[in-house]
Formats: sequence, structure tokens, C-alpha cells
Amino acid sequence: MSAQTKPAQGLPADDDAHTWTGKARRWMLGKLPPDKLLPEDQPSYVMSWAYVFGMGAIASLLWIIVSGAVLGLNGPQWYHVSSLGSFVNSTHLWSVELFFIFMVVHLWLKFWMAAWRGGRVLTWVTGMLSFVVSIVAAFTGYLLQTNFDSQWIAFEAKDALNSVGVGAWFNVANVGQIFVWHITLLPLAVGAVVVLHVLLVRVHGVVPPLEAAEGDAQLLDASPAPGHPPGPSHPLESANSQDSAEPRDAAR
Amino acid sequence: MSGWLVAGAGTLGVGTYFGWDGFTIQSGNLVVIVVMIILFVLALVVPFPGGKRRK
Repeated sequence: MSAQTKPAQGLPADDDAHTWTGKARRWMLGKLPPDKLLPEDQPSYVMSWAYVFGMGAIASLLWIIVSGAVLGLNGPQWYHVSSLGSFVNSTHLWSVELFFIFMVVHLWLKFWMAAWRGGRVLTWVTGMLSFVVSIVAAFTGYLLQTNFDSQWIAFEAKDALNSVGVGAWFNVANVGQIFVWHITLLPLAVGAVVVLHVLLVRVHGVVPPLEAAEGDAQLLDASPAPGHPPGPSHPLESANSQDSAEPRDAAR
Repeated sequence: MSGWLVAGAGTLGVGTYFGWDGFTIQSGNLVVIVVMIILFVLALVVPFPGGKRRK
């Protein structure tokens, strides 16, 4: 057993991290320091409706999870018969509708903003992945309405799923299996991808509008890493800041 | 039990469909698509409220 020195109580030294936990902490703090994880301000161009719909989708997702937990705990005999159950069931459906509406508008806005610029490709990919996984989660929700609609959907879908060879593992005629997919596996997948997406937005920052690409001071890195001079943080900004007299389209 | 079955059957509806030259769409789906397009346009043209400028 060896003694370790600490600079202060509860604050381990990051410079001499020699365990995987210490190295992981150093890597995470380097990628996402607390002021980037929970920022207090944003560039002025974020004050636009174009930057609202992602948060709208997350708010909808939170209500989907809350109402879904209530529905799952009370069961179909509650949400089909009682008035309160029908109401909660309806809010679950409409929060899903809002989730997809906000997510699709968010996707359109970010597509026309070319939001994968500046090293944000993984942010774009996780956004698309969350859209695809959400579609599967919503599909299993339609299968769990436990009415004749869901029976019709299941028996139409089983042939399509069997034709691509996944029917044995994703059996839409098996309500118990679909229930597990809908309330555990797929929500965990959607939640994990959305959390990763938000963390990547924090790491790289929100994408600037295309119009802001001409040497905008807010695009420059205000807090350079130790040992590095202040300057642009990615090639796009570098191209713009070196020659601001260049036509705007030249940097895109 | 019978109330449950009746309630489940009561959720079924014929639905309203619109069609133009072989293209058919259910009214609910059409409404959602139109709402998304309207929100997209409004997000681009409507100014954001609040005069508190940041940074």
C-alpha cells in the first residue's frame, strides 16, 4: 500500500492521474469542464426560435417518460376505462406527437444550417440516431394500445418484419415482448442517445448560423487552452478570421 | 371486462382521407405535416422575444 498526496480535501491532483478512473476524470474534465457543461450564457445568435425546438423535444420526452411510467404502473384496464386513465393516455400520445413535431422541425432547421460544421459530425449522427430509435419506440407504443387498432398494426407489421428475418427477436404479435421493448430497452436507448447528443452540443457548442461565419468575434475561442495563443478553434473559423475581406461563401 | 372491450372497440374510427390523383393521406397526418412546415417558417421569420442581450 502506498500513500498518496492530495492538494486539498476532496480535490485529487489531475496531473499525476495513474489509475483508469483518474485518467478518465482528466479526459472528461478536459473535454467538458463544468463551465461548458452548465454554461451561464450563450452567443447572441442563440436568441432565435431556430434554437428552441431541440429543447422542446427534450421537454416532450420528459413528459413521455413520466406519463408512460404512470400508464405502465396502472395497466390497460385503468387507461381504457377510467376517465383519468384515458386523459393520461391521451397526454402520452400527444407528448409523442409534440416530440416528433419538435424533433422534425429541429432536424429541418439544423439541416439547412449545415449543423455538422466545425467538427459537429457526431452531434449530427447522434441526432439522426435518436430520430430513428424514437420511430421504433413509437411503433412499439402503437402496438401496445391494446385495442383493435394495435392488433391490426401488429398483424400487418409481422409479415414485413418476418420478411427481413427479425420476427423471431422482434415479434410484434407477442405483447409481453413488445412491452419489454417499449418500457425498458427502447426508452433506455432513446435516453442514452439524447443525453450523448446534448453532451456533444455542450462540448462543441451550438452551431453558429451560416450568416455568422464572417469573422464573428463570438466564434473565436474566448478561453484558449494553457500554452496556446487565443485564436480560432476550428478550421472554418480560421479561414474566416484570416481574411475577412473574402466573400462570405468562400468559407463554406 | 366487457367495459374494457367496448372501450377498446370505441377507439376505432374510419378517419378522413384526402386524395389527389392516386396520392392519399389521412387528415391527421396531413395536419401534422402542415403544422411542422408552419413552425419551420415561423422559426425563421418571427423575432425572438426578450431584449436582454447576452455576451
